Amino acid sequence: MMNVALPKGRLGEKAYALLARAGYPCPDLLSDNRRLTFEHDGVRYFLVKPSDVAIYVERGAADVGIAGKDILLEYQPDIYELLDLHMGRCRMCVAGPKDFVDDHTRALRVATKFPHIARNHFGARSREIELIPLNGSIELAPLVGLSDVIVDIVETGTTLRENGLAVLEEIVPISARLIANKASFKFKETQIRGLMEGVRRQTDARA
Amino acid sequence: MNGNLREDERISIALRALYQTYGYRPYRVNRFEEYELYLRNKKFLGSERILSFSDTDGKLMALRPDITLSIVKNAREEELPLRVCYAETAYRVPHGAHGFREIMQVGVECIGQVDLYAMGEVLMLAARSLETISPNYVLDVSDMGLIAGVLGKREGHEAILAAISQKNLHGLREACAAQGIDARTQALLEALTEAGGPLEPALEQLDRLDLPEACRAPLARLRALAKVMRQTGGERIRLDLSVVNDMNYYNGLIFSGFIEGVPTSVLTGGRYDPLLMRMGHSGEAIGFAVDLSALEQSLPPQKRPDVDVLLIYGKDADAAQVARAAEAIIAGGESVRVQREGRVTCTYKRRVALGEGEAGV
Repeated sequence: MMNVALPKGRLGEKAYALLARAGYPCPDLLSDNRRLTFEHDGVRYFLVKPSDVAIYVERGAADVGIAGKDILLEYQPDIYELLDLHMGRCRMCVAGPKDFVDDHTRALRVATKFPHIARNHFGARSREIELIPLNGSIELAPLVGLSDVIVDIVETGTTLRENGLAVLEEIVPISARLIANKASFKFKETQIRGLMEGVRRQTDARA
Repeated sequence: MNGNLREDERISIALRALYQTYGYRPYRVNRFEEYELYLRNKKFLGSERILSFSDTDGKLMALRPDITLSIVKNAREEELPLRVCYAETAYRVPHGAHGFREIMQVGVECIGQVDLYAMGEVLMLAARSLETISPNYVLDVSDMGLIAGVLGKREGHEAILAAISQKNLHGLREACAAQGIDARTQALLEALTEAGGPLEPALEQLDRLDLPEACRAPLARLRALAKVMRQTGGERIRLDLSVVNDMNYYNGLIFSGFIEGVPTSVLTGGRYDPLLMRMGHSGEAIGFAVDLSALEQSLPPQKRPDVDVLLIYGKDADAAQVARAAEAIIAGGESVRVQREGRVTCTYKRRVALGEGEAGV
């Protein structure tokens, strides 16, 4: 049995469609019910919060998973990152008011869901920051004076524009990755490589 | 007697017995060292988080986050060659954890002179350590010299090593592009990252690559080790060049062991001549540690009862008679919990009430 952790939501739907095309379908997964695990043909799938996929895989509850690069950069899990799936593409950015000018005489207030990435980014240039960890609606922070800028993922930039904000700097491009638990890879290598090759054929065909 | 041991205790005892069979002397290290030792070698530790405190004279001390550093530091030139084994606790923040943990490690160090035999012996002991824990194991073997041979003396190879350690080919391509690495070198690095499988056939695969001259010695070393290992482990000993570590501390042979059902590696080891040199010794060194704490979390919960017999006595019972009854049970080869009637807070195989049946001594 191979355990696969998929992210809930939009990325999960794309990930599922990719797996189905790669020869790993699970029709039950699409039925909108309250079940948490689904089995098909020797593979067990479970849907988890996107930011938790890496934890399930790193701790071996899932052998493989599909996770955004943002999550991998933030949590730095000790896993194998087997494939770039070239989907769920977006950018990790510093964003703020369109006319923002950094005042270097004081610490920059940064609101984010990604404290590790933010600290690394500003730390690399020795810019002192005051980190404000938030769990959602990050764009609100600079609007109400909670922070000067935000570090967040930007897909189309529409939310930013509609609120008078703009991308000030791109930190890193993001896309979904196929990841595997290191120990699982040793003991289920044939199965994991099979899935990996199936997925690779699909992503190469579309690249 | 061993039936009463926890699984990790049983493994710890069995491993030390194995190491002592091969002449590795038991070694104890101090729980504290001067903080500076770890500060100087924080890259070796892979973490800056060290549990520190001030000694009575104001000197900054630390609870050891690592055993190897202490053994190397305390080894005197006249003691070399040194072959020691240990079972000790280290204090660090495991990957992904939020606080310090006590980590139980059992391991060996071979310091002073490390030839092919010594490397083979340590690798064989690593395989047999894993086998002691479970027959379903894999020991991944690599040689830092191969990747280093392809990369040459370039600085700033951290991103490349990180990608290799994650079998991350797309990340490797990006890192190579950022470092301005030529297409041929990049192709070799990709091939090395992908190479793997049972040791001897996988090494034959490597022979087909057009590896630079600098890779010849590490390849020959691995081939010789594969021969030594023919009697041990079979297909469980595998080549995996994604096993990498900091080149400032490690060189040559490096390995990592896995047990089916445990999500992280339970054994890590390798050659660490550069560390030895940093600590003012000349010569060679190799060792490994088994992380019993990683194992402990994956062991099934114990279902064994606390005792064989629960001996219950009434509030008017004669204490001497109770003692005699307990001794009689122990003399019969069983363990006993003796308790006055009332709430029972242990699990047991059978219950005996004093004054009833066989316990009425």
